[in-house]
Amino acid sequence: MISREEVLHVARLARLELAEDEIEPMARELSAIIDNVARIKELDLEDVPPTSHVVEMTGSLREDVVVPCLPREVALSQAPAVGEGGFLVPSPQA
Amino acid sequence: MSSGLLELSASAAVAAVAAGEVSAAELFELYRARASADREAGEQGLGCFTWVADEAPEAAPGSPLGGVPLAVKDLFCTENVPSQSGSRILEGYLPPYTATVVARLGRAGTTLLAKTNQDEFAMGSSTENSAFGPTLNPWDRSRVPGGSSGGSAAAVAAGLAPWALGTDTGGSIRQPAALCGIVGLKPTYGTVSRYGMIAFASSLDQAGPMTRDVADAALLLSHMVAHDPRDATSLQAPSELQLPSAERLDGVVLGVPGELTGEGIEAGVLESFNAAVARAEELGAGVREVHLPHAPHALSAYYVLAPAEASSNLARYDGVRYGLRAEGAEDLLDMYTRTRHDGFGAEVKRRIMLGTYALSSGYYDAYYGHAQRVRTKISEDFASAFEEVDLIATPTAPSVAFGLGEKTGDPLAMYLNDYCTVPMSLAGIPAISIPCGLSDGLPVGLQLAGPAFSETRLLDAAHALELALEFDGGPARV
Repeated sequence: MISREEVLHVARLARLELAEDEIEPMARELSAIIDNVARIKELDLEDVPPTSHVVEMTGSLREDVVVPCLPREVALSQAPAVGEGGFLVPSPQA
Repeated sequence: MSSGLLELSASAAVAAVAAGEVSAAELFELYRARASADREAGEQGLGCFTWVADEAPEAAPGSPLGGVPLAVKDLFCTENVPSQSGSRILEGYLPPYTATVVARLGRAGTTLLAKTNQDEFAMGSSTENSAFGPTLNPWDRSRVPGGSSGGSAAAVAAGLAPWALGTDTGGSIRQPAALCGIVGLKPTYGTVSRYGMIAFASSLDQAGPMTRDVADAALLLSHMVAHDPRDATSLQAPSELQLPSAERLDGVVLGVPGELTGEGIEAGVLESFNAAVARAEELGAGVREVHLPHAPHALSAYYVLAPAEASSNLARYDGVRYGLRAEGAEDLLDMYTRTRHDGFGAEVKRRIMLGTYALSSGYYDAYYGHAQRVRTKISEDFASAFEEVDLIATPTAPSVAFGLGEKTGDPLAMYLNDYCTVPMSLAGIPAISIPCGLSDGLPVGLQLAGPAFSETRLLDAAHALELALEFDGGPARV
């Protein structure tokens, strides 16, 4: 069973605030899912190479050519807050 | 003419436009009015759409797809048209660019009719996890259309769109296609550009056609496949797709894996599936049993790998560059965590937590590393099976459409919807779902899968089987 402390630790890593009434159900549901997926640990796969991607490709590089990118005002147009030509955010330290 | 127009498949509509029997504008207006009516009906409608076009865009004259309108899943970025992947966190987002595959189809002549509802960030099997509310199944409004591409599936089944785009990570095209009685194809991973698709799990996500019949799926797919320098995992398919024409299955050997056709599959689904396999034999196919010994572990591996990738992909939603930002934050970190709390729904939070847990220090190798090794074994299982058979046949989903709300309280029960579709996703191979019959008056899907880049063969076999099965999608039209 995943503890309340573990849930809060993982939520901090995920930059996700959980309301008080979300914590206990999250612990219960994560525990159930993890118990279920943990069955794969019964398989002996020690010598099996991992697959991160089904597409085998190497050196997928493009020519080093300058191409247009999004104009600044377009890139900023969807932001909740902008200032001085950049994304405006609260101070990192209150 | 209008009611007759509605009966035309998309391919037939393309031909009718080319022959001058109908104008692209007339066709667009027919579907626009129907899609708009569904959207305006609110809870009285099916809830297929998140946005519907006001007016017909100009189609390139003489283009190969003839101005036939296309519905597109919400998660494809469409320039200046709302695209929020069913999530509150992207509320109000108007992308400054269009996804490569949508742009390609536009150049081929399709016109953007509407954006379709989906589970938030494509995480779900019922289209109930959407900030826009649920989509209903046109065969029975008390039931789900499947998911995550449920809006596209329901819209095509109900005749609210001639054809649609969906995306499939673990079954999100095939399962809703099955539950709504339409055709859905997940192409070989890498053959269709992912550029401009709002990402869920990048090593698995793939766009594909959702259509009334196999010929439409082939026609749409033929204009989707292309190498895209903007997607580093995009491939050049080794051969050009041929449109399907087969009426027989002589010389085709179908493999039926015991692991995906036994326990856990509803009796009515199995009955319909077995009848379709028997029909394939009558058409000349050889049928034999094959083994995919690791397939029963695919779901577990998938529910480690996909959430792990999602937890990384969804880190970008931080209230800085687009979408929602929580008000009144004390500092930057507080703004991030509160924005994500307010913007993500319950299932997305669950998957982010699961993925972050699986990637966290001390658990990485036990979960993520192990799941990647299971993925290797699953690919090897398919490779051995395809030494003996040409294609693999399974039911698409373990059940017919289930009731709204029936599985929302039990994530594990919901995840089981992907049991038969996830193995193919992990192996990156193409698979198609076609309707093969009814069980209790609800559609059942048959899945055919082939080796990488076997789409031409897959579509041909599906075409022959479709002709013989004579499935009638008529009852779902609204």
